[in-house]
Amino acid sequence: MIEFLKKYEGLWLFVHSPAAMIAAFVAALIMLGAVFAPWLALVNPYDLSSFSLFDGLLPPAWQDGANPKYLLGTDDQGRDMISSILYGARLSLVIGLSALTIAAVLGVGLGLAAGYYGGRFDAIVMRIADVQLALPAILTALLIDGIARGILPAAIQQDLRVAVLTFAIALSLWVNFARTARASTFVQMNKEYVQAAIMMGQRPTRVMFVHILPNILGPLLVIMTVDLASAILLEATLSFLGIGLPADSPSLGTLIRIGMQFLLSGEWWILWIPTLFLVALVVSINILGDFLRVIFNPRLR
Amino acid sequence: MLTIKDLTVKFPSRFGDFTAIEDVDMTIKPGEIHGLVGESGAGKSTVGAAVIGLLQAPGFVAHGSLTLGDTDLRDLTVAQAHKVRGDRISMIFQDPQTSLNPLMTIEDQLIETIQAHSDASESAARKRAVDLLEEIGIENAAQRIKAYPHQFSGGMRQRVVIALAISTDPELIIADEPTTALDVAVQSQVLDLIQRLAKERQIAFMLITHDIGVIAQVANRVTVMRKGRVMETGDTAQVLGAPKHPYTKALMDAVPPLDRKLDRFRVPDVDGTVAADGDVAENWLLEGQQHERTGMSLNNLTVQFAGPRTSLFRKPLPYVALDEVTLNIKPGSIMGLVGESGSGKSTLAKAITGLVTPSSGEMVLGGTELPYGKSRSRHHPSRQLVQMVFQDPYSSLNSRHRIGDILAEPLWLYGFVKEAAEREKLAASMLSLVGMQPDAITKYPHQFSGGQRQRIAVARALLARPRFLICDEPTSALDVSIQAEILNLLKDLQSKFGLTILFISHNLAVVRQMADDIAVLRNGMIEEVGETSAVYTTPQAGYTKSLLELTPVMPTSWPA
Repeated sequence: MIEFLKKYEGLWLFVHSPAAMIAAFVAALIMLGAVFAPWLALVNPYDLSSFSLFDGLLPPAWQDGANPKYLLGTDDQGRDMISSILYGARLSLVIGLSALTIAAVLGVGLGLAAGYYGGRFDAIVMRIADVQLALPAILTALLIDGIARGILPAAIQQDLRVAVLTFAIALSLWVNFARTARASTFVQMNKEYVQAAIMMGQRPTRVMFVHILPNILGPLLVIMTVDLASAILLEATLSFLGIGLPADSPSLGTLIRIGMQFLLSGEWWILWIPTLFLVALVVSINILGDFLRVIFNPRLR
Repeated sequence: MLTIKDLTVKFPSRFGDFTAIEDVDMTIKPGEIHGLVGESGAGKSTVGAAVIGLLQAPGFVAHGSLTLGDTDLRDLTVAQAHKVRGDRISMIFQDPQTSLNPLMTIEDQLIETIQAHSDASESAARKRAVDLLEEIGIENAAQRIKAYPHQFSGGMRQRVVIALAISTDPELIIADEPTTALDVAVQSQVLDLIQRLAKERQIAFMLITHDIGVIAQVANRVTVMRKGRVMETGDTAQVLGAPKHPYTKALMDAVPPLDRKLDRFRVPDVDGTVAADGDVAENWLLEGQQHERTGMSLNNLTVQFAGPRTSLFRKPLPYVALDEVTLNIKPGSIMGLVGESGSGKSTLAKAITGLVTPSSGEMVLGGTELPYGKSRSRHHPSRQLVQMVFQDPYSSLNSRHRIGDILAEPLWLYGFVKEAAEREKLAASMLSLVGMQPDAITKYPHQFSGGQRQRIAVARALLARPRFLICDEPTSALDVSIQAEILNLLKDLQSKFGLTILFISHNLAVVRQMADDIAVLRNGMIEEVGETSAVYTTPQAGYTKSLLELTPVMPTSWPA
């Protein structure tokens, strides 16, 4: 029993941390909902024939004049809020996760190489990272968006919105990965197992990815979790500002932007429900990230 | 004066209480230096921490009594305990780099401590601080006191720490490994100071150390601990000269003597290190070019690093780490390389292995000249022929890799064995050869102790079929009994396979046991090279002489 507990200490800490468990539950619920949206949702918000304008602006089920069919009410187009949110979260998560993957691959690769080779290569990569950090994420996204609009033919622009958005978010997130990977690699470079590998004449790529990478995975995993939350937020921000996704394929950010128009006219649910949903998702991912940091850093336990 | 009776300290954890020390008895009289020895994990530091009341949470004193004079130390309130700490009991820590505040001058730190324990005026405290520094042997104290810690050398800093400890006239000072981080010359000065203070001021010292040589040199009485229990206690001459307890005897057998060479250390067989069948690996090693002995010679090897930049427009002056080193290591012999920290020992090893690029000179391995660091290709034969055993067995094995994978790597890399199953088999057999259970290949490094890991590191080096092995302080991170085992292992392997070994160490006694020839390095220059017993009995260079004199030794005969 004790052996078992020692081996799975992370698990022990997890079941003794209510915050982490609630966060994991909320995040899992939302993610499952997003994955199974086509089967769970009442209507398909992308399919105009599946909902009707006559159902527009219905309040949530507990208010007067509600239609119990629409538990959290409908928006001005008559789309069921729950369905919109599930599909919106689906889109937000797809964009967030793919942006994160691109950023992680790019950032960790560059950071590892910078830490391994050091010298001029390191200086160049890190100066590029500094410049990237000096540009606010929104500015980067606007820049990419502008370039994409300029060079891509109008016909495919709409189809590539998601790709452009993903790329823009990835570009503003890779720096975190690069810096963390580089700093951790520097620490590992002084360890004797790395020196032994270099001394034996192993290929640099093998030293980097087989020897060093597994040893710096801890901090990178933490960054990955925290940055997933950032990516989702960034996407929401961009969509809210209207640079992101259009109203006919709404992500969470788009839903919040639409809701803003109804804030002062009494239809509060169109704004507040997607907002609360976004907050719940981001906060629970952040709590999980914090918990991971505790697991990987024994000093914080 | 200090009386410890039946002291038991426990650390509660999720997995039940862990007993760090159990039923420890000890008495220390005024002016006595009481050595507390034991290997890592013996609970030495826990005793010290319990006495001064600074047990790390969540540790607690389960039972037993601690009395200083007629004060019961367990009975004090928090405020009283705080008063006793510093006032009557002081502490000296291992690392003088971190036990002084780098942002305060020595003067401010001394005055702060003096005023915290007496109502001396600022000027009186300052005068006392200067007197203290003079007493502990810092010249020109009135000026030097204005300096910051980084402006002092390591040994001076440790003296300042001692000055801080005695500034309140304590009755007892707990010194936890006070000289472990210091070079021998500085160590002997600090030990002299401790002896003087004990004599002149009648301060009692609890000297916690793993170095039995230090104990032999300064302690009046010794307590030997193991796994949280006292094994033996008594006068130094009795405990070290005529040990009664079998553990003390084994410990004394494992201490390398400085004045003679032992063929092997007498070590008891330890569980898990019984050599099983290593024939497969042995034959494999012998069928290679193993028996062909290969020497190494270095001619005027110079290594320079970029020094601190003094001007934006000028190239920084180079820092010379190795200065025209010429050394000839005979085929099949062991060359010992000794020197203090910063003398360039490790730089030499790194230059040979290609991790550091020399600026001039040549390195010749058995007739072929080795290219310099970065220009040595990954496929150069020396990558395989030269292997290294590192100092820290905790960082020299990749903790995320299985032992089997770590050991199979050289076999795969140099194309010795094509089949994965064969590699595993050979790796397992090699583990037996170095005295470990072959089933270790399925485990991970964290499942082994330091000594076992060092055996695995040796096995990895051998699996490259090296002809030249560099051992860089291979035992300085290990306990003395484990050190004896590893040294025995290296000796056996060397004589079996005719390896040429460069054995680097700061410990003269260890080198004496291992080396055929010895080179003394100082500030990047060779001071003396010669046959080992000649250098130890009739050293030529003044530096070698002083090194030999200052190394704490076990007396051959104890005064009755």
